[in-house]
Amino acid sequence: MYSYLVLRVVAKLLIPFILLFALYVQFHGDFGPGGGFQAGVIFAAAIILYTLIYGLDAANQILPRGLLRFGIALGVLLFGGVGVYNLLVGGNYLDYSVMSHDPVHGQHLGILLVELGVGITVTSVMVNVFFTFAGYLAVDDKPAPGSKSPEESGRQG
Amino acid sequence: MALTVAAIIRIRNLYAVVMLGSIYSLLAAAIFVVLDAVDVAFTEAAVGAGVSTVLALGTIALTTSREKPPTHTALLPGIVVLLTGAALIYGTLDLAHYGDPEAPIHKHVAPTYLKEGPEKTGIPNIVTIVLASYRGYDTLGEVTVVFTAGVGVILLLGNWRRRSRRRERGGGENV
Repeated sequence: MYSYLVLRVVAKLLIPFILLFALYVQFHGDFGPGGGFQAGVIFAAAIILYTLIYGLDAANQILPRGLLRFGIALGVLLFGGVGVYNLLVGGNYLDYSVMSHDPVHGQHLGILLVELGVGITVTSVMVNVFFTFAGYLAVDDKPAPGSKSPEESGRQG
Repeated sequence: MALTVAAIIRIRNLYAVVMLGSIYSLLAAAIFVVLDAVDVAFTEAAVGAGVSTVLALGTIALTTSREKPPTHTALLPGIVVLLTGAALIYGTLDLAHYGDPEAPIHKHVAPTYLKEGPEKTGIPNIVTIVLASYRGYDTLGEVTVVFTAGVGVILLLGNWRRRSRRRERGGGENV
């Protein structure tokens, strides 16, 4: 798992593009196909691919579990918070028209924020579920401390 | 796809079943693309073919990769499935034809959404408008479902750190 050179190189080539595509789907979802759910799972797929190739420890350094748990709650809070904000400024719950002086602009802003919340939660949940499963396995096939390549540990550190 | 399903039913090796399930999801994603539902195709390809396959493989690695032979005949479940399927197919006879412009679903609120949505929000993607604005409550509910699933997994399996430490302290007989 930790020494397949082809897998490592190909994954390293692919992952940036998958992440970029996820961000595109997330923030261009208003104009093209896509949205928070799709972007979330694509982003999570990239992280999971990274974890499969480089191991759980390396992935945990990028996305600590605390951050993931925070993200799970943050996305829902962002979604609900947008609704509560709309209530506070005098509209209906999740009626984004009141978020800006211009209703059209407000709708746009609200949808963007809500989709961002969806994306954060979906990514965090997916990655966290996978980390939790992998955490059970990693106990059994944890690599020896010296098996990481110097280049990799240098980049991570 | 029918071939994949038949193979999934027959094969007892769960590793092969998971792989076939992944292939099935990929084929389903291709069908969604043909039906112009690119959003759904994204999700199907990423979740069905990607993430859930990996999770199923993880589950297999945690448990076992052989399906236990059935302890009873499949006669009664088979009859139930066939009856339900027949009832569902009978139900589809009442549905409008695919793409029928006179179908009730195209007469109710859809024209309003299609006409007003882009004007009111300045967003050309109708799917996003309906999902996030007109049906904001539903989407909030869906996100809450995902949230609950994540919390559930954390509660059930989230103590792996403690568990691994306990295992290491216990002499590491499993390592």
